[in-house]
Amino acid sequence: MKRIYSVLVENRSGVLCKVAGLFSRRCFNIDSLAVGETDDPTVSCMTIVSSGDKRTIEQIEKQLNKKLDVIKVKTFDDTACISRELMLIKVRYNKGTRRDIMEICDILKADIVDMSKTQMMIQICDIPDKISLLLSMLQSISIVEVARTGTLALSKCQD
Amino acid sequence: MIGADAIIKCLEAEGVKIVFGYPGAAINPFYNSLSYSPIRTVLVRTEQNAAHAASGFARITGKAGVCAVTSGPGATNVITGVATAFADSIPLICLTGQVNSELIGSDVFQEADITGAVESFVKYSYLIKNANDIPRVFKEAFYIANTGRKGPVLIDLPVDIQNAVVKNFTYPDQVSMRTYKPTVKGHVVQIKKVIHELEKAKKPIICAGGGVLLSPAEADLRQFAENHNIPVVSTMMGIGVMPTEHPLYFGMVGNNGKPYANRAMNESDLLIMVGARVADRAVSQPDLITANKVLIHIDVDTAEIGKNVGPGIPLVGDAKHIFQELTEQQCDCEHNEWISLLEQYRETMAPVRRPNPDYVDPAAFIRMLSRKMKSDGIYVADVGQNQMWSCGYHIVRQGKFLTTGGMGTMGYSIPAAMGAKAADPSKQVVAVCGDGAFQMSMMELATIRQHDIPVKIIVFKNNYLGLVRELQHYSYQDHYSAVDLSGSPDLEKLSTAYDLDFVRLATMNDAEAVIEDFLKEDKSMLMECLIDPMDLSK
Repeated sequence: MKRIYSVLVENRSGVLCKVAGLFSRRCFNIDSLAVGETDDPTVSCMTIVSSGDKRTIEQIEKQLNKKLDVIKVKTFDDTACISRELMLIKVRYNKGTRRDIMEICDILKADIVDMSKTQMMIQICDIPDKISLLLSMLQSISIVEVARTGTLALSKCQD
Repeated sequence: MIGADAIIKCLEAEGVKIVFGYPGAAINPFYNSLSYSPIRTVLVRTEQNAAHAASGFARITGKAGVCAVTSGPGATNVITGVATAFADSIPLICLTGQVNSELIGSDVFQEADITGAVESFVKYSYLIKNANDIPRVFKEAFYIANTGRKGPVLIDLPVDIQNAVVKNFTYPDQVSMRTYKPTVKGHVVQIKKVIHELEKAKKPIICAGGGVLLSPAEADLRQFAENHNIPVVSTMMGIGVMPTEHPLYFGMVGNNGKPYANRAMNESDLLIMVGARVADRAVSQPDLITANKVLIHIDVDTAEIGKNVGPGIPLVGDAKHIFQELTEQQCDCEHNEWISLLEQYRETMAPVRRPNPDYVDPAAFIRMLSRKMKSDGIYVADVGQNQMWSCGYHIVRQGKFLTTGGMGTMGYSIPAAMGAKAADPSKQVVAVCGDGAFQMSMMELATIRQHDIPVKIIVFKNNYLGLVRELQHYSYQDHYSAVDLSGSPDLEKLSTAYDLDFVRLATMNDAEAVIEDFLKEDKSMLMECLIDPMDLSK
């Protein structure tokens, strides 16, 4: 079961290490982790994607709440939130593959943000599934390197 | 005023009476200021024991014990003691010296990233980077250590911060932390649910853990159990929640516990777990223990509920408050039949030992010792077979029973006994350890002598690491590996070297007179009991 944790923490050195350590110490795997400052500069938001059974997930949430640098923990599955991930991907192209790459980018709403005579860089910002789809489509063409931000998520808007 | 003076003022404001520790270059400013304070300094002989001594102190006073060590090896040596306190939820303030803050991260002499190293063994840690933060950090540290689920807090003190000028020292009255607000009172709805379940139950039982002692809620638990005639069992850390011979107390549970205690827990239809984390030694199969029964789990730490057992009815809060709230509720329940059944189990299922008359029988010895000890005496058990025997046969009356049930650190008893005696010199304190554990902290005999902390030490000598030998007896059919303790010192000569009185007990024949003589005066003494090397803990 995939679970997204949105964790508000004190914006201090060492906090990321403590939170990550909590996962590793209990053998919980982190699928992705994204950290950034919030509107309050003393608070950072960590978005952590992890998977496990119901008991594990509950334990992670409780252990996170126990950490003294953690202000608030929210967890949701991907239906209760809007999630996005950004990926930059550099591919090698030639005359034969250029059209294909451009078509794939068109269909998946990815942008070409840089190019040279042999390489181009593609940017996509979408849900994690779409990112993976683009990655798999480009796998048959030559990929040079890839960087992903990891999932960012916020619970859906409410009145 | 410099940082070190400010630290001492903080300790004084917190009512600290004693600091256990070991100095070094990086903590010297602190030790210099400490020498001008009425706070007593006890120099231990290795840093781990400073933490154990502070743990013994905390368990008697109910307030955080303080230890102070230097940077690098001093700090890494203290980790086992801190981890022990963490596993046993003992409040501790551990101060570590650190290299000059400008040099942190450059691997200079005696530098260790101690806050990083102890992360999973502390409730919280600080690295002070500005001397003006000292009052706030200390106020928070004591508050964190002493409240909620208690535990160790480490404060890393760079040497330049200890020497830096502190302007306008004021010790804060209050703590304001947005991330830490422990739940103390139980939820009203959950309290009602507990009462409701109790009224339905035919065979309720309370299983009390160390959390009850830490709260402290012994009197409240006892009142509640007596009011409603509910039997009580305990975990190892819970020993002492009720006097051992209280009619409603049915012993320690677990794989080293009393068979009738386990049976009582298994056959109950309502199990009230309180202040216990339901670890493997107490409950080896949590799924089975909760089958066919309602589980109520009371703990101050939300994360403990449902971790190893459950789900059941959760009740988050401090044991003392919870039992007071429960006692206020009306509850009609009656289980005399259940109590009589348990009494019958207690009579018929007591383990039978076949002691070897050529040696001291540890079971009989411990029972006799508890009778001879002062009724409010403090018994500190170490780790190994001696711990199993101590848990099984020591009779708690109004006293306390201390041991490390969580971490199981060998060598705990002597330093912890030192801390306990220093905390309350009016109490009789007896440490009981094996010859393996003794050799892990025998350097503290010097501390006992130097600071005149008159603890009594009993060494069960069998020339083996008994509990490991016992495991090898069962698992490897007596194929022993690295458990023989040949080469151990002659304890009589050792006592002479440390100028301590010594007595050896070879069999149970003279036990009574020897124990009486051993306990008579309030001075340190070492007793060696010769135990059958092949004796088993059960």
